[in-house]
Amino acid sequence: MTDPRDNPFRTLAQAAGPKPAVDLVMPMSEEDRIREELERGIVFTTVESVVNWARANAIWPLGFGLACCAIEMMAIAGPRFDVSRFGAEVFRGSPRQADLMIVAGRVSIKMAPVLRQLYDQMPDPKWVIAMGACSSCGGVFNNYAILQGVDKIVPVDVYVPGCPPRPESLLHGIMKLQEKILTSRIELGPFPRKKARKVVAK
Amino acid sequence: MTLNMGPQHPSTHGVLRVALELDGENVVACKPIIGYLHTGMEKQAEYKTYTQSIPQTDRMDYISPMSNNLALCLSAEKLLGVRVPERVEAIRVLLTELTRISSHCVWLGTHAIDIGALTVFWYCFREREKVLSIYDMVSGARMTASYFRVGGLAMDLPAGFLDRCEKFVDEMPAHVDEYEKLLTKNPIWIARTRGVAPLSAADAVAWGVTGPALRGSGVRWDLRKDEPYSGYETYDFDIPLGSRGDAYDRFQVRVAEMRESTKIAKQAIQRVRKMGESGEYRLRDFKYVLPPREEVKTSMEALIHHFKIVAHGFFPPVGEAYHAVEAPKGELGFYFVSDGSSRPWRMKIRSPSFVNLQALPVMVEGKLIADVIAAIGSIDIVLGEIDR
Amino acid sequence: MNLGPERVEQRLRERFPDVAFERQTGEAVRDHTLIVPAEHLVETCRFLRDDSELQFAMLSWMGGADYLPRVPRFECIYNLLSIARGARFTLKVRVPEEQPRVPTVIGVWPTANWHEREAYDFYGITFTGHPDLTRILLPEDWVGWPLRKDSPLGYEEVAFTHNTPGRTVPSPSLKKLAPKKVRYRAQ
Repeated sequence: MTDPRDNPFRTLAQAAGPKPAVDLVMPMSEEDRIREELERGIVFTTVESVVNWARANAIWPLGFGLACCAIEMMAIAGPRFDVSRFGAEVFRGSPRQADLMIVAGRVSIKMAPVLRQLYDQMPDPKWVIAMGACSSCGGVFNNYAILQGVDKIVPVDVYVPGCPPRPESLLHGIMKLQEKILTSRIELGPFPRKKARKVVAK
Repeated sequence: MTLNMGPQHPSTHGVLRVALELDGENVVACKPIIGYLHTGMEKQAEYKTYTQSIPQTDRMDYISPMSNNLALCLSAEKLLGVRVPERVEAIRVLLTELTRISSHCVWLGTHAIDIGALTVFWYCFREREKVLSIYDMVSGARMTASYFRVGGLAMDLPAGFLDRCEKFVDEMPAHVDEYEKLLTKNPIWIARTRGVAPLSAADAVAWGVTGPALRGSGVRWDLRKDEPYSGYETYDFDIPLGSRGDAYDRFQVRVAEMRESTKIAKQAIQRVRKMGESGEYRLRDFKYVLPPREEVKTSMEALIHHFKIVAHGFFPPVGEAYHAVEAPKGELGFYFVSDGSSRPWRMKIRSPSFVNLQALPVMVEGKLIADVIAAIGSIDIVLGEIDR
Repeated sequence: MNLGPERVEQRLRERFPDVAFERQTGEAVRDHTLIVPAEHLVETCRFLRDDSELQFAMLSWMGGADYLPRVPRFECIYNLLSIARGARFTLKVRVPEEQPRVPTVIGVWPTANWHEREAYDFYGITFTGHPDLTRILLPEDWVGWPLRKDSPLGYEEVAFTHNTPGRTVPSPSLKKLAPKKVRYRAQ
């Protein structure tokens, strides 16, 4: 009789090896059995990490392409550099539904109030990526018409340099933002948490 | 009712604001408001040399950057009164036609996505990525190439470049067939674009419209044939014309132009192969053009010329010149006024989208609001060019 | 069939014998340019458009220019295109600084609308008869005419240690910017 281990095409049951003759598992009480069932289906963690994990993996950008960087932003939505692997392929048209504003392109002085208004219309939590040299610092254009850096009007979380940044750079920026989100503290309500009051024994 | 299609809008191809006066769904009046991307390029050019303005032009019509570079270089060369060698002309034609293909790909993808046909976007961007790799190979940057210089090219072609281009050009007609299969006989596409945003030939000329929008209205005017530059008169290609001047005709004109560009690019590749895969890539007039590196290291004269051109820029004669090219969007021209110094006294950019957008009210007044989106897409505008 | 610019100038001089046209000369003026007095601009343009031999039906572009120390200071350049004849022609109007007014050619070519607004926006040249002469590229409340030679470029000086008071080393410290270690999966 051939040794079953010589045949590479073994089924999983055969690969597991021979079953022991005696059942070696200790019988459990009813309580333990229920606890084990529950533990197999629940992950124990803090609320913060879950919320941060959810926020980081489903960032919905606002479609805010201004200039040349917008084309590279469209390219990350394209087939070669796929941003939907990061959960961010839904570019929302309305700021009310978005949580990431990628300022892609140069911000002119006529556009600056519009940009601020859009930022204010976005609900919390919101993040801003300054994509490209022009939105980080004014870029090639240092003159009367261009705002020298979008951080003059909105707080920026990640700066992605380049003119335009390659789509891989922007994806790296989005991943850095994901890191930032995963390590941030969350606010569970509109007001900051009260400090725990010290109980002084009288 | 007054409706504002604001500067931030998924379908406006940039920061265009359109103030619409509506009566139900009918557009009574339409006023495009621009300036949200004004960059002060014309003012900034007065503080830079001609060569330093070339990267600025990349950021103008950012979908077809090499066309803008070509327009500036040709205009400066007209001012200087020089003509570049034939090999350079052939390479310029090759890269400009590839630019035209990639620009029409983006146009088709975004126009289709506005109207609702989402699939085309991914197909078109797949082809565009191939052209961007070609750009990357020749200049180092995917989009903002700045590869042309006044008097030639920045550097010679890399090895294997022509094979890469040939491979792309051979497979492109099959891809254009794919786009046509998706859209041309599609009843939804026809319903959304046929008869929509009509522009008569007389109106188009009166409003200064050029490019595929003009040819879609049946007017036979293409600068590559009628005011040829860079050796275009020696290439064999046709000009597609529309008849009704609606969005569907403009779509067909552009798709046919993609095919013609493939033809021209193939001829250009053969020409460059005949003249040598590596060879001269710059004019040998060292008063205006940088001398080759080997000569800079051996000849004193070349060293001095190199120093002068790099430190100050070249000094064109006092005068002015205007030269236009057929960019993918229309007639793109640069007007230079020179006062003898290395910085232009005035650089005026005649951008096609700026003029074509003026015809938008003519196209949509009296029509439905959904047609406004189709109209904006079919004119093919780029805000970087409009606002400069 | 191809119409030459000399023939255009000849026709213009025949038609308007008492208008003082001036041919622009210069070492490297590469396009045939004719300088027209402002008061005769509209009738000249109308003739160029309507004449059956010339047929300049398209105004390709119109731009302004500022030649600051020279008097008259400004210039408007009109580049005309005749599709039927395959010809281009350039007209110029010299505009003085004290009275920067030019009649509008909107009645001849409707496309002049935005071009004239842009020249107004950049230089302050007013076009009499224009229906909506407002700023087009700059914000409506911007003060000044940016492309004039005496308007500054408006650039922001790059901050180095030598021109920023009170700063001796680059800041912030790079250690603070290093990202914290991250666990990608909630555990």
